[in-house]
Amino acid sequence: MAGSTLEIKDLHVEIEGLEILKGVNLTINGGEFHAVMGPNGTGKSTLASAIMGHPKYEVTQGEILLDGENVLEMEVDERAQAGLFLAMQYPSEISGVTNSDFLRSSINAQREEGDEISLMKFIKDMDSKMETLDMDKNMAQRYLNEGFSGGEKKRNEILQLMMIQPAIAILDEIDSGLDIDALKVVAKGINEMRNDAFGCLIITHYQRLLNYITPDKVHVMMQGRVVKSGGPELSQRLEEEGYDWIKQELGIEDETIGQKA
Amino acid sequence: MTVDVSLPYDKEYVTQFSNGLQEPEWMRNLRLDALEKSESLQLPKPDKTNISKWNFTEFKHNVQGEVIDSLEDLPAEIQDFLDKEKEQQNLVIQRNHTVAYATIDQELKDQGVIFTDMASAVRDHSDLVQKYYMNDAVHVDEHRLTALHAALMNGGIFLYVPKNVQIEEPIQAIFWQEDPEASLINHILVVAEENSSVTYVENYISHNKEEKTSANNVTEVIAKDGAKVSFGAVDNFDSGTTVYTNRRGVAYRDAVIEWALGQMNEGDTVSENITHLIGDNSHSNAKTVAIGRGKQKQNFTANITHFGQGSDGYILQHGVMKDKASAIFNGIGKIEHGASKSNAEQESRVLMLSKDARGDANPILLIDEDDVTAGHAASVGRVDPVQLYYLMSRGISKFEAERLIIHGFLAPVVKQLPVEAVKRQLTQVIERKVY
Repeated sequence: MAGSTLEIKDLHVEIEGLEILKGVNLTINGGEFHAVMGPNGTGKSTLASAIMGHPKYEVTQGEILLDGENVLEMEVDERAQAGLFLAMQYPSEISGVTNSDFLRSSINAQREEGDEISLMKFIKDMDSKMETLDMDKNMAQRYLNEGFSGGEKKRNEILQLMMIQPAIAILDEIDSGLDIDALKVVAKGINEMRNDAFGCLIITHYQRLLNYITPDKVHVMMQGRVVKSGGPELSQRLEEEGYDWIKQELGIEDETIGQKA
Repeated sequence: MTVDVSLPYDKEYVTQFSNGLQEPEWMRNLRLDALEKSESLQLPKPDKTNISKWNFTEFKHNVQGEVIDSLEDLPAEIQDFLDKEKEQQNLVIQRNHTVAYATIDQELKDQGVIFTDMASAVRDHSDLVQKYYMNDAVHVDEHRLTALHAALMNGGIFLYVPKNVQIEEPIQAIFWQEDPEASLINHILVVAEENSSVTYVENYISHNKEEKTSANNVTEVIAKDGAKVSFGAVDNFDSGTTVYTNRRGVAYRDAVIEWALGQMNEGDTVSENITHLIGDNSHSNAKTVAIGRGKQKQNFTANITHFGQGSDGYILQHGVMKDKASAIFNGIGKIEHGASKSNAEQESRVLMLSKDARGDANPILLIDEDDVTAGHAASVGRVDPVQLYYLMSRGISKFEAERLIIHGFLAPVVKQLPVEAVKRQLTQVIERKVY
């Protein structure tokens, strides 16, 4: 089974009138793990938000296709139902809605009416996945992300990923703010997802996450474009030498978009 | 004798009404004195809400309610308030102005707990009621509505918990205004003696859209040293009823009063919820959730006033406004001179669901002491688009996402209500009012 294919073609994105992405091209197939790397302010998170349909980001040019379907014409919930998932860098806190009620609504949203997940199966699934992620049991009954530490929020994003089982996931700086133990736990959860149908786009500016999750392909973003692509050896070289050699190679002086994005 | 034309109840009527209930002399005199005062006192002036044209005087005052033998005889919408899987041990159902059903656990009775309708209490526990009735919390002569309340009181509950008695099971009262024109002038008096504890929950319900009437309700909660009173309510008068409701608590040393008020009236409403933290280390948590719809006008005041040292007060008010409804939420944390080491916190938030709705959150801190802590948060706004995006990014539809956010916003009170059926019923009312 090959899973789904996400194609990003010549994507241009603006936020409040400022162009952040200036023609991104990427294709992710089921079974593949891609890493998008790059220094801060080069458009990586904008790419993630634009794919999912964040209300502040406006696509001005280009296409996003999921199995040939035009993602840009879909509402945010339709994108999720089509198989996309974004583990967010800054997940919202929602008071009064328990983590477990939210998760069950999410899972049922992907299923047909009358085919809702049974409460027993749901609890069993959630318990086992929370155990994998070394999460405290009472987090199921806490309000969604409210008062969660940075690390707890990241684990909670991965818990949702594991429960929802999307076709293509985008992980936006899932490693930021994690200590090494938490990083290993999160990586374990993501690696458990690996199969030949699941595609994943991992956005990070540190190589260290990639010590635990080996990507099939590595892309470097600068100035709102993918400027270099390669295999896992590319991330190794970035770890050892930083980004300056790429800038020299491509004659780039300032890798950012020009304004902090 | 000349009587204000707007008040169709005179001295003679009040005397007869009191005699009919076989009330002791003190109560009759209190009523007559209050009636006289009501003629000269002014209406209250809630901040930014003009109530001068509201109906507080036209209603049927004395309507019998039929007694029921079994809870099965209740209509479904009243049965909804009851936990059916549990045997109802402590329950009073008031139908119009008389008791339809009443039961109290024999064990509690043996411990000296009194839980009965106000008319019986005034007759059977006259001295005890007199000691607290409109003495320590609400006064007859505050304004025209408190005086009218005292003159025409026609229902309510007396709940008395003796020293050291801890009541585990919640005590429940249902006020069912079956007659669409029946007023309700209810007086709830809760007295918790030293180191006692009790959880009380009440439901108000009427079904009158065309017929006009009014409610003028006063609640007094007295928590003596070390006592704990948890007070829950769901007010759900229909659009024909104009409501004034005044819930007041007095907490002595180490006492705790917790309020969880679901203010779901459909008509114009003025609601005051005031707690006086008299004793050192007393504590109050006052939570209100409210919904406005149609052309409803509402005014909510939550006030915690600190007199005791180390007293702790927390106010939460969450309102959802839709259609052309408008509401004012006043949150007042007041720390009197001498109440050192006290803490006054409050949060008022209003969620606007339509462009024609109006909502005001007014946080007020009045502090007359140096060594204290205080804080407030207030906001008026729409459903956060980033929260919607987050929920929708998991496949949840916009409608469902908004629904989750609104129920979550109103959860602080729902969560705190002690009876499962009442929680469920409030959730249903929220669902019905918002969608």
